[in-house]
Amino acid sequence: MAMTVQLDVVSAEEKIFSGLVESVQVTGSEGELGILPFHAPLLTTLKPGMVRIVKQFGEEHVIYVAGGVLEVQPDTITVLADVAVRGEDLDEQAALDAQKRAEEAMQHAGADFNYAEAAAQLAEAIAQLRIIQKMRKK
Amino acid sequence: MAGGKEIKSKIGSINNTRKITSAMEKVAVSKMRKAQDRVAATRPYAEGMRKVIGNVANGSLEYRHPYLADREVKRVGYIIISTDRGLCGGLNTNEFKKVALSLKSWKDKGVDAQFAVIGNKATTFFKRFGGKVVAQQAGSGDVPRLADVLGSVKVMLNAFNEGRIDRLFLVYNKFVNTMKQEPVIDQLLPLPKAEIEQKAHNWDYLYEPDPQPIIDMLLDRFVESQVYQGVVENSASEHAARMVAMKAATDNAGNLMDDLKLVYNKARQAAITQELSEIVAGAAAVG
Repeated sequence: MAMTVQLDVVSAEEKIFSGLVESVQVTGSEGELGILPFHAPLLTTLKPGMVRIVKQFGEEHVIYVAGGVLEVQPDTITVLADVAVRGEDLDEQAALDAQKRAEEAMQHAGADFNYAEAAAQLAEAIAQLRIIQKMRKK
Repeated sequence: MAGGKEIKSKIGSINNTRKITSAMEKVAVSKMRKAQDRVAATRPYAEGMRKVIGNVANGSLEYRHPYLADREVKRVGYIIISTDRGLCGGLNTNEFKKVALSLKSWKDKGVDAQFAVIGNKATTFFKRFGGKVVAQQAGSGDVPRLADVLGSVKVMLNAFNEGRIDRLFLVYNKFVNTMKQEPVIDQLLPLPKAEIEQKAHNWDYLYEPDPQPIIDMLLDRFVESQVYQGVVENSASEHAARMVAMKAATDNAGNLMDDLKLVYNKARQAAITQELSEIVAGAAAVG
């Protein structure tokens, strides 16, 4: 029987794969890597690409990851996968968007503010109606 | 029959409200279950991350990441996670109260604060409360995505790297159980000491290409995953709180209806009695 090693492929949103494997093939930032059981401790970043897994008893399995980090210990392999392709520009854009939204939300009257105003107007209108009704009864 | 009709229509309107609150309760129950599963699904990543960072903290002595170094506190940053919608009891109010208290203790020391808000309720609150809001995000829906929080996190990480804030906190409602949700303020940066496990024996990774870019990326991802977990946890808390609040509302509506039915029956009986006595009195007068 071939030797196996525990592999966990996880992303921030979910657990993608967990189990015993005979070998793993990933796309590292410096090139393709094949990892077998009892590999020396290794840490590398991953490029978007396939993770090819040979499960216990030789069954093959392919997972797509959009980048991330690979950590290798002699007895465990962990792939910390990103959920989407990331880039410095995209992250920067997201940051700018968040900032812009903050400015807009603080400057313009938000949905809740209108709601409060509308509620005040409604209360006023109800009070007026009550007075009218009282006067009619008299 | 004085007031009979008014009481009846009031009962009808309360009954309608009760139908809505009971429907909302049922929806919250099912959403809460899914949100709880999501909380469990995000844990392995944070654990894996913590393990790797623990290992790295021992190995790379020549490179000390700024996220690990404590510095003098002149300004602090908060990432505040709230719900988008209301009708969830005192969930948001309790959270904001806690933030206001912690802010006050910083202000007494002459420390300024900046906020990144996630969720409509926090946006509205900080608009009234005042304070410098540098990032905003809302409308993540019931299935929060990691991409939703990246912008706000990046703003705060940049602020930390450029020295505009010296400490970063994360505020969210921790899901303890269905009946209990607790607002918590966690320190994100610099990384609290407890996060970094110490290993007895000395060894190091093979790094490809260099330790620095990998550790930079790891720590950024770690902070992101913590914030994302906060969002997921807050969403589970929201649904649990809404479930409890709506259950209470449904029960109250039921009680109110019972009381009103009693009043209605009494009024009806009084009216019949009065009519009867009028007829009897009339007949006696004729006879």
